[in-house]
Amino acid sequence: MISLRFLSIVLLALFSFSVSAEAEKVLNFKSEVDQVRYHDLISELRCPKCQNQNLADSNAQIAIDLRTHVYDMVNDGTSDTEILAYMVARYGEFVLYSPQKKGVNFILWYGPFIILGVGLIGFILVIRRNAKRRKQRTKG
Amino acid sequence: MSEGKNSKMKKVALFLPFLVFALLAGVFFSQLGKDTQYMPSALIGKTLPDFSLVSLETNEVMNKKDLGEQGFLINFWGTWCPACSFEHDYLMKLASEGIDIVGIDYKDETTAAIKWLDEKGDPYSVVLLDELGNFGIDMGVTGAPETFVVNAEGIVTYRHQGIVNEQVWQEMKGYLK
Repeated sequence: MISLRFLSIVLLALFSFSVSAEAEKVLNFKSEVDQVRYHDLISELRCPKCQNQNLADSNAQIAIDLRTHVYDMVNDGTSDTEILAYMVARYGEFVLYSPQKKGVNFILWYGPFIILGVGLIGFILVIRRNAKRRKQRTKG
Repeated sequence: MSEGKNSKMKKVALFLPFLVFALLAGVFFSQLGKDTQYMPSALIGKTLPDFSLVSLETNEVMNKKDLGEQGFLINFWGTWCPACSFEHDYLMKLASEGIDIVGIDYKDETTAAIKWLDEKGDPYSVVLLDELGNFGIDMGVTGAPETFVVNAEGIVTYRHQGIVNEQVWQEMKGYLK
């Protein structure tokens, strides 16, 4: 009996938390897909004012405005790529939390793997040369 | 035969890690002390985005072709913005020197804006109302004050976030031509 009461208190505590987190503002979407898209987009886009937060986390005025814009565009049926392009055209690639893997960014994304590959090839070459040398020495 | 060449190569190879280190240290050192809040504008080198905004003075809708043929500044300001009030005196000085400044009253109330210009003076050739901040978003603005330089060809050449003062203006004025 006690454990049941305990359980109900725990459940109550859990649910009351989730209610307060959702209390901010209710946005209506045409479909669940749109809702998911909206939340994905605002967590993917960076707030240009408060540079270490995404649009979802920030309460800066510009972040609120940009969230509204994203919401409007999602509801108008604009595609994700178009929305991201809209933001990049205005705020630069900076607004993307995962920047495109082109140009200078290519080195940032793949540079370590390229260096690792070069190192690995060098390592194999050295090993093989040493093995060859050892063979020659045992022969001679 | 190639022994001598080989050992020379080996010596060079020993310096390779040092060279890589020196290169990285150089790159990192050159980035030290830079303003971390600085964000390049996506508009630099592009033509000014078109707009249709209502003028504060005439209540008429204006767009890009109504602005000056010569180079001009676009200044985002608002009565809610404390830094704008610090900037205002310097803008008055620039205006008295004949600089064409287009004011964008950003996310503001018209009555407050009229009062502000009456009390502090009006440095702007025209004031356009961007109540919802949509033109601000088209310009990639993150707040106020922000000032853009548009040259005679209608291309955005410079953007400054924050207060324009003597020092900023010295840097900025070269972009106006």
